[in-house]
Amino acid sequence: MTTVAVKPATMAQALTRALRDAMAADPAVHVMGEDVGTLGGVFRVTDGLAKEFGEDRCTDTPLAEAGILGTAVGMAMYGLRPVVEMQFDAFAYPAFEQLISHVARMRNRTRGRMPLPITIRVPYGGGIGGVEHHSDSSEAYYMATPGLHVVTPATVADAYGLLRAAIASDDPVVFLEPKRLYWSKDSWNPEEPATVEPIGRAVVRRQGRGATLITYGPSVPVCMEAADAAQAEGWDLEVVDLRSLVPFDDETVCASVRRTGRAVVVHEASAFGGPGGEIAARITERCFHHLEAPVLRVAGFDLPYPPPMLEKHHLPGVDRILDAVARLQWEAES
Amino acid sequence: MTVMEQRGAYRPSPPPAWQPRMDPAPLLPDAEPYRVLGTEAAAKADPDLLRRLYTQLIRGRRYNTQATALTKQGRLAVYPSSTGQEACEVAAALALEERDWLFPSYRDTLAAVARGVDPVEALTLLRGDWHTGYDPYAHRVAPLCTPLATQLPHAVGLAHAARLKGDDVVALAMVGDGGTSEGDFHEALNFAAVWQAPVVFLVQNNGFAISVPLAKQTAAPSLAHKAVGYGMPGRLVDGNDAAAVHEVLSDAVRHARAGGGPTLIEAVTYRIDAHTNADDATRYRGDAEVEAWRAHDPIQLLEQELTTRGLLDDAGIEAARQDAEEMAADLRARMNKDPELNPMDLFDHVYAESTAQLREQRDLLRAELEAEQDDQEGDLR
Repeated sequence: MTTVAVKPATMAQALTRALRDAMAADPAVHVMGEDVGTLGGVFRVTDGLAKEFGEDRCTDTPLAEAGILGTAVGMAMYGLRPVVEMQFDAFAYPAFEQLISHVARMRNRTRGRMPLPITIRVPYGGGIGGVEHHSDSSEAYYMATPGLHVVTPATVADAYGLLRAAIASDDPVVFLEPKRLYWSKDSWNPEEPATVEPIGRAVVRRQGRGATLITYGPSVPVCMEAADAAQAEGWDLEVVDLRSLVPFDDETVCASVRRTGRAVVVHEASAFGGPGGEIAARITERCFHHLEAPVLRVAGFDLPYPPPMLEKHHLPGVDRILDAVARLQWEAES
Repeated sequence: MTVMEQRGAYRPSPPPAWQPRMDPAPLLPDAEPYRVLGTEAAAKADPDLLRRLYTQLIRGRRYNTQATALTKQGRLAVYPSSTGQEACEVAAALALEERDWLFPSYRDTLAAVARGVDPVEALTLLRGDWHTGYDPYAHRVAPLCTPLATQLPHAVGLAHAARLKGDDVVALAMVGDGGTSEGDFHEALNFAAVWQAPVVFLVQNNGFAISVPLAKQTAAPSLAHKAVGYGMPGRLVDGNDAAAVHEVLSDAVRHARAGGGPTLIEAVTYRIDAHTNADDATRYRGDAEVEAWRAHDPIQLLEQELTTRGLLDDAGIEAARQDAEEMAADLRARMNKDPELNPMDLFDHVYAESTAQLREQRDLLRAELEAEQDDQEGDLR
């Protein structure tokens, strides 16, 4: 038996392929944003699309995020499916008024008559040594806005599958791309037919019986590493990758926590007012009698994102996760 | 070569990338607002169009007074009247073809109605039984937009999309003088000009953003001058002269449809009523100013033109008023009925496919409503 070596694709390449396949499948799909055309985006995710589909389908816009999203609203009103790129997490903030006041509400405002199938791609999170305004975890803002879907992949396969699903969705989707995973590779084979992943389903990345690490996006590989390290300490950890923050998969999360009886939520976003609080509350409401310990959070500190030379102290790492796991009241069992 | 010799060989030149892009002179607005009524230009105006504008102006004024009365009766939460600005409202609707799109602000109910939106459905937002009552696709009227100027980029995007699809559709976006200070105004005009999108921007400069006068809003020579910075023509028009507004808008719509790109039009007008029924205009402006504008009334201006030229007689005036009364009576009758509310509707349109969380919350509300009903039935027994 011979194995054919296939060059594994990076997450960025999988995203590019998802965009290309979506554009080829549906002429209504239009990519727009800053530097997405000739340059192929600052992370090269739109590489080659302008050449392949023309500048009318992959458009370099003026440098104005509210204008980009605002015009995408009008394009969607006329039947197109815009895929908007926000260059960096913190550069998406000027578009918040369009996002909150229109994108999230138009379907509801018009009793379903005017849906806005817009995908908003946002590179987010830290860990790449970015200077100020290039490392924010802005997911809590989006989660707090009813009418949006908020999706974030952690694997190369999910990057493809979830982006295809986001573009196909008739609802607006904020698609958060963990920028420190752009260059990550895993077992995804770019030669094989790719699958479209349903939005709203979490997956168990690692099975375990002692406690559940609930995480998403850039923190998934960190949690996997922590779970491996925990094995040595005698803790058998399960890792749930949420993939979709909105809609939230209570079912998968609660099934896991009911099995393990312990949960730690891990994310880069600040703890206070962050996703972890919502997740912990949902677990407590639904699984209280299965819990052996309070649900803990390992998150970014409650401070403005640190300068790059200090970010390693801010980001949830393996040690901080293991410390939290150690505090899950194991002594009660012995 | 010595360093000094090298230096001597260097010839300073203009910045290499710089080249003049466009002569700004043709983009400049006229010094005075363009007028038709009472001038020589009026002779060229189509009498049928003038009569149609007149009928709509009378309707529009009546609609404003009726809607204002409905706020006093508690039937509307609030009504931002456009009395004094009817010429802009009506001309905006009449300058468009059926396939075109209108993007109104919250004060532009009249334009939506003049374009065919049901007069009651146009008030849904202000009555409060839903946010938008009409189907935007039925008459190609976007929802009345409350956050200022945020609908302008929508108009640009829609016009751009239409052009990409090969449709000769024009979008007309309406905004007030206050809205021109918003960032979305700037971004919309810039995108429109860069994309050469078939859009027309109509700024109704009615003198005030609630209480703040134009002088505190801008230091520009005029709002129409702002066009030049984007590379599009700016036009200044008497906003109370329905024939002039219609002509300038129609020219801009034609220009856009032919691929000529966007135009910014400033219509100089005046908000005769307060900002809304909840506002007290005496706190920021005097009677003399209001009276001066009452003497420059859009209805009087057109009526004068039509009667002087024998295009309208007393019977015609009476017929227009009768038509407006019928519209008002119908509006009154339909608005005096309580709207049908179904609280369960709250959950139906948030997403294309509802979420588990929303289904749970829907069940909660349903249970509350059922318990409420049981209580009421218990009380009756």
